[in-house]
Amino acid sequence: MTAPDTALEPALAAKPQTPFQRFLADFFDSKIATAGLVVLAIILFVAIFAPWISPQNPYDLSKLDIMDGRLEPGTKSMDGKPFLLGTDDQGRDMLSAIFYGLRTSLAVGVTASFCAMILGMTMGLTAAYFGGLVETIIMRIVDIQLSFPSILIALILLAVLGQGVDKIIIALIAVQWAYYARTTRGTALVERRKEYIEAAQCLALGDRRVVFRHLFPNCLPPIIVVNTVLIANAIALEATLSFLGLGLPITEPSLGLLIANGFTYLLSGKYWISFFPGVALLFTIVSINLVGDQLRDVLNPRLQK
Amino acid sequence: MTGGSDAPTLVVENLRTHFFTRAGVVKAVDDVSFTVTKGRILGLVGESGSGKSITGFSIIGLVDPPGRVVEGRILFQGRDLASLAENEARKLRGSRIAMIFQDPMMTLNPVLRIDTQMIEAVQAHEPVDRETARQRARDALGKVGIPSPDERLKAYPHQFSGGMRQRVAIATALLHRPELIICDEPTTALDVTIQGQILYEMQKLCRDSGTALIWITHDLSVIAGLADEVCVMYAGRIVEAGTVDEVLDRPLHPYTLGLIGSVPSRNVRGRPLAQIPGMTPSLLSLPPGCAFRTRCERADAACMEAPAITLPLANRPIRCVHPNLAASS
Amino acid sequence: MNPPVPMLELRQVSKRFVKRLDTAAKLGNFFGAGMREEVVHAVDKVSLAINPGEVVGLVGESGCGKSTLGRIVAGIHQANEGERLWHGRVIADMPAAEARATELKIQMIFQDPFASLNPRMRVADIIGEAPVVHGMVKLDEFDDYLDQTMRRVGLDPGFKRRYPHQFSGGQRARIGIARALAVKPEFLVCDEAVAALDVSIQAQVLNLFMKLRADLSLTYLFISHDLGVVEHLSDRVVIMYLGRVVEIAPADDLFRGPNHPYAQALLAEVPRLETRRRRFEPVKGEIPSPLDPPTGCHFHPRCPHATERCKREAPVLREIAPQRWSACHLNDAT
Ligand SMILES: Nc1ncnc2c1ncn2[C@@H]1O[C@H](COP(=O)(O)OP(=O)(O)OP(=O)(O)O)[C@@H](O)[C@H]1O
Ligand SMILES: Nc1ncnc2c1ncn2[C@@H]1O[C@H](COP(=O)(O)OP(=O)(O)OP(=O)(O)O)[C@@H](O)[C@H]1O
Ligand code: SF4
Ligand code: SF4
Ligand SMILES: [Mg+2]
Ligand SMILES: [Mg+2]
Repeated sequence: MTAPDTALEPALAAKPQTPFQRFLADFFDSKIATAGLVVLAIILFVAIFAPWISPQNPYDLSKLDIMDGRLEPGTKSMDGKPFLLGTDDQGRDMLSAIFYGLRTSLAVGVTASFCAMILGMTMGLTAAYFGGLVETIIMRIVDIQLSFPSILIALILLAVLGQGVDKIIIALIAVQWAYYARTTRGTALVERRKEYIEAAQCLALGDRRVVFRHLFPNCLPPIIVVNTVLIANAIALEATLSFLGLGLPITEPSLGLLIANGFTYLLSGKYWISFFPGVALLFTIVSINLVGDQLRDVLNPRLQK
Repeated sequence: MTGGSDAPTLVVENLRTHFFTRAGVVKAVDDVSFTVTKGRILGLVGESGSGKSITGFSIIGLVDPPGRVVEGRILFQGRDLASLAENEARKLRGSRIAMIFQDPMMTLNPVLRIDTQMIEAVQAHEPVDRETARQRARDALGKVGIPSPDERLKAYPHQFSGGMRQRVAIATALLHRPELIICDEPTTALDVTIQGQILYEMQKLCRDSGTALIWITHDLSVIAGLADEVCVMYAGRIVEAGTVDEVLDRPLHPYTLGLIGSVPSRNVRGRPLAQIPGMTPSLLSLPPGCAFRTRCERADAACMEAPAITLPLANRPIRCVHPNLAASS
Repeated sequence: MNPPVPMLELRQVSKRFVKRLDTAAKLGNFFGAGMREEVVHAVDKVSLAINPGEVVGLVGESGCGKSTLGRIVAGIHQANEGERLWHGRVIADMPAAEARATELKIQMIFQDPFASLNPRMRVADIIGEAPVVHGMVKLDEFDDYLDQTMRRVGLDPGFKRRYPHQFSGGQRARIGIARALAVKPEFLVCDEAVAALDVSIQAQVLNLFMKLRADLSLTYLFISHDLGVVEHLSDRVVIMYLGRVVEIAPADDLFRGPNHPYAQALLAEVPRLETRRRRFEPVKGEIPSPLDPPTGCHFHPRCPHATERCKREAPVLREIAPQRWSACHLNDAT
């Protein structure tokens, strides 16, 4: 038995940083991304705990009083509670409505993006690994779909399917899977040529194992980045559809619907009904994009320090 | 012998270039001094990460943040580049000093034709008309052995092979007839026969026009065939310097000794190679004292203190408290 | 007397890479753009026999098809033509289970110590996955087997929970070697296995290869562009130029006196510690593009001895002396 030679000292004696620690350090390097993350955390908190922190349940019609309609921000209600951000035409407290609206918007956006990610990733990996005709068919569909404006596709689908939360999620999935498919295929094609895949083939590990154990985990970072951006897009698209009246029913308003609802009063000076939901939407989308951009930079090995 | 009657083209004194990273200060170049004389070739060898490229970048002024030259003088023909006004230094560095990189595409722009790039390069530093500039470009291409330079001028970089591209990059560096060229592993990516062609051109250039050359490489064998003097770097410092014959035939520093010993042709065929134990240290976690201590078989308590440069033999500066004076070959 | 059956043999193996036209190019052709499919003959009718226990060096310039040949030997690429034999039997004709067992006996060590290890797997999984999948070790013996494999290549088993990025280049090379050794191979293809390492680390890994050869009686196909390394390690050397084998010779004979003009040029250009301030006399001409190789002998545009015949007719590889093969018309004259 030979003694193991001296090449055995730890490689990173100086500062043992796990990749995750390095990732965190890199992420928090940017102040604006950190701010984005903080805002996003607050938004998520509000959305998740909306039923417990809202002053009012905006869906409970029995609690609404039409006499409270269109009150200015700060006005007190009949029973003495202030409406910090005013009320809408039905007497709903805008703050509560925004909290619940965030909840709906985020739920729809995240669910749709997640389903689209599963579908798109499967398609992309299939195309990249098998190549040939399968790849051609999948990628042609992707190309065709990406050449239409997504709002157009969603509008047509909703016109056919009708309204409802499930319908809008289906429409969003149909719009978004193509982005995931394209990203996944691109990354998978690059990763597939790396030597560790050849090594796995040389060890006769079997196609399925190579794809799911070796190829797939290495395609994840860019997909995570696309995911954040596409969640923001899904939220924006849902808001647009709701604004156009094709989204969710007014009894369960999302941010887009709240904006649409107040839009008619905008010109009569009752700005708050549209304005505050708009601000909430803006903050949500901007913060997600900031976090997504920073993720992209941090996960890009070429920019790594 | 170093020096001779010629005045030195470049004198580097106590150069220190450090990178201030989040994980700590990386002393990529730490107290490096050497001299290059007209018409002679200085080889700079060392392992990956020993600071060879950063030394070159420091001379030509291309160290990017978080890196900075923190100390030392770089005297080009007697003038300190650091003390010159910025635009004057840049002018010197653009025309009188040139650098050639391992990847020729660092010099060449992929979307521009060769003639456009070379003419612009001429006109950037000298007020000549296009036709003169084109003549100069053509002559330079001819000088590095590119056949039918007139046609080749109209091509794009991607239409050349790797070796040809490297020669175009060299020709671009020659446009201003620089007095000093720094070559950072320009042949590492190339094949042996193509490497031979480029070494031939560079050698001819030094001989004919008296250009001084710094040749950076990790390959001792290339240095043996090409250079006059050699500096061996380890972990940001020059550990041994001298003429090629002296250093290769009578290495004094244990690291140089190990390096030469591990070259296959120095070993009996089929027998285990002499090897330096351990691995290249990270510059962030250098052992205190001599950086080579953990891998050195001569190390003892005296090596806990960082060794200063000594001259155990005439003209043989080395950084080691136990130089290998016994062996002679 | 019958010659011994070689351990591994290639017969007239060819590999072509075709860059197919995309739709746009096809459309262009419809209007007369005249674009053609590009075909690279990466490996062109190569025959090669390697005996048990031998170390065969494979050298040649970039793009001459060394890696492709190595991948064919290791079974990663399928040849377009020709046969691959293991102890005299065609691998493609073996029953599936036996063919797979044979493929496991032939393993490959890759060049890039970064790209050849899956960055998201722990060392234990990288080395241990294949033996477990193929049922070569029982689960209760797995830890011992892993430790033993890691120690064999000079890695501390205490590091098995780590990820590849936590190792130095030399250690990563060792992990790649351990991964191949874990399936008990008999034949190793090493594709530039030390090229990415520092000189001082190169010696360590080369020594490891030689030690393993002695301990496990391995056979090697050792691909390298570094002639010094090949000279040190190999019993026989194969020289390729643009997809074809131009010379095969025992290492001693070759380095004493190469026969093929390309081999001569190549050996003359090798930098050596002993040659100081030499005057370089370069081989003229560029390495031609493999997309459009010269007619006849591929080397004729650069060959100082080229004749009219060389431009027309490709020389065949033939035995010019016992154990020595060369593909050059000059050998016909004698
Ligand atoms: N931007 C940077 N930030 C931090 N450290 C750096 C940076 N650039 C270089 N370094 C460090 O400086 C040291 C010297 O690098 P240099 O490129 O000079 O090495 P080298 O000797 O040229 O190696 P090689 O043979 O690999 O080219 C290295 O250890 C490297 O990690
Ligand atoms: N997957 C592929 N698709 C298309 N062409 C390829 C592929 N692999 C190799 N080639 C081509 O085949 C030829 C031989 O390549 P190969 O990688 O075998 O050369 P090599 O001798 O290993 O070169 P190097 O020393 O640069 O590694 C090259 O021209 C290359 O461009
Ligand atoms: S100073 Fe000591 S440790 Fe450093 S090289 Fe000399 S003998 Fe070795
Ligand atoms: S066949 Fe002709 S061209 Fe080819 S190597 Fe021999 S002499 Fe030269
Ligand atoms: Mg370098
Ligand atoms: Mg190769």
